[in-house]
Amino acid sequence: MDKVIFAQDLSLAYNTEEAIISKATFSINSGDFVFITGASGSGKSTLLRSFYGALKPANGSLLVGGVEVNNISTAKLNFLRRHIGIVFQDYKLVKEWTIDKNVALPLIINGYAKDVSDIQVDKLLNHVKLSHKTSKYPQELSGGEQQRVAMARALAHNPILILADEPTGNLDDYSSRLIWNLLEGANTQLKATVVIVTHHIPEDLAVDYKHFNIEGGTIYEVS
Amino acid sequence: MRSVKNHLSLIIALFTIVFTMQIYIIVDRTVTAYESNLNEDYSIVVVTQNKVETDTLVALSSKIENAEEISTKEVIDHLQSQMKQRHIDLLKLSLPHFYSLHLDHYPTPSEIKDLRKKLEKNSDITRVEDFAKSHDTLYKLLLLFKSVVVLFAIAVFAVTSLLVMKEMRIWQFQHNERMSIMAMFGAPVWMRSAVLFRLSIVDAIIASLLAIATFTYADITEVGSEQLKSIGVDILLFDPLNDSILIIGVALSLSIILATLIVIGHKEEV
Repeated sequence: MDKVIFAQDLSLAYNTEEAIISKATFSINSGDFVFITGASGSGKSTLLRSFYGALKPANGSLLVGGVEVNNISTAKLNFLRRHIGIVFQDYKLVKEWTIDKNVALPLIINGYAKDVSDIQVDKLLNHVKLSHKTSKYPQELSGGEQQRVAMARALAHNPILILADEPTGNLDDYSSRLIWNLLEGANTQLKATVVIVTHHIPEDLAVDYKHFNIEGGTIYEVS
Repeated sequence: MRSVKNHLSLIIALFTIVFTMQIYIIVDRTVTAYESNLNEDYSIVVVTQNKVETDTLVALSSKIENAEEISTKEVIDHLQSQMKQRHIDLLKLSLPHFYSLHLDHYPTPSEIKDLRKKLEKNSDITRVEDFAKSHDTLYKLLLLFKSVVVLFAIAVFAVTSLLVMKEMRIWQFQHNERMSIMAMFGAPVWMRSAVLFRLSIVDAIIASLLAIATFTYADITEVGSEQLKSIGVDILLFDPLNDSILIIGVALSLSIILATLIVIGHKEEV
């Protein structure tokens, strides 16, 4: 099984502060569905940030998609990110863009032709049940709808890795269920590796998953 | 609406800069033309006891463009009715020779002083009249005018630059989030910044066109031309080709520098 993420003695810290994650060694395989849990401030989001190169390791080694994140060049980092889909608790949609343009963003970046991109955007917006709101702006949608747009954007370019930071943190039960279904579908149908940072693992999941917990700067797998 | 307001601020700031620059160019042209007029009317008069070749006088300094002898015929003709022919002949023999020296440019007071020293060293020259006093007054007035315009232009440029900097910070704030989101999905720098550069270029072109239209209108309606002609200055207020290229060039350069600073100053926030 290919390792999508492999960390060895990984330490993460902001500036010169004390390490938030210390000497962590773990791996996430291709096709895994992974939950990372831990108390607030334990370093879950920090760890996720390191997976897409927003935070470089203070010590140790971190390979994402076989690429060493430690000394990665800007060009390589951009290339890596073009194969990752990211979902945030606060959605991070471009406010000046309509919904369809937001979803099309990874496709534009990856150089898809306009007609191919249009078909894919239509398909995804239909899938997240927002095909009637394509020309709306993010601020015209509810929180749940915005998160579905963010999900559609994360799936648009068929990424090998999906990173989700508290994707249902601000959502009601109905919207949360929709998001979990989409993440499960990405894993089972698109064969994407899914890594989710959350406080709460839903009980009604239809997929097998791995569970890592962070406590006192140490990461360990919960069996 | 907020976006239009922000663009308007940048357009006005860029317009003010190119407008002030063009005003400075017009003043510079006016001063140069006026200097040229002054120089045409200005000459140094030298007196020699013996006749001297004008080429010899021109060779005394590189600043002397030409020299011509001032005819004494008119003075003698005027005296002919009042004096006997014998005295007139005597006067003709003893009368010195006068030469008017034209310079290649309107000299500064120190240049006049140096030139005077040089001329006085020549043994043939017995007297030099440089009209330094009236020259000085005019020249200092001209310098004062130039300095005031330069100071005014610097002050306007400084204030407008502050406005542009303020605008830059607002733009940086507005575009940071979008640029960060694009970076998160692997967009290269040129793609993240494309919108910013496009907006800067559009704003620069709008500001340039406004300035070009303003000066073209001023040129067609001859605003200020009459006043300039009354002091003997006939200049081109606005050169449609060269001045337009300069205005567009300056506005574009400034706005591209502005956009580049934003791109360099951008920090990923995700």
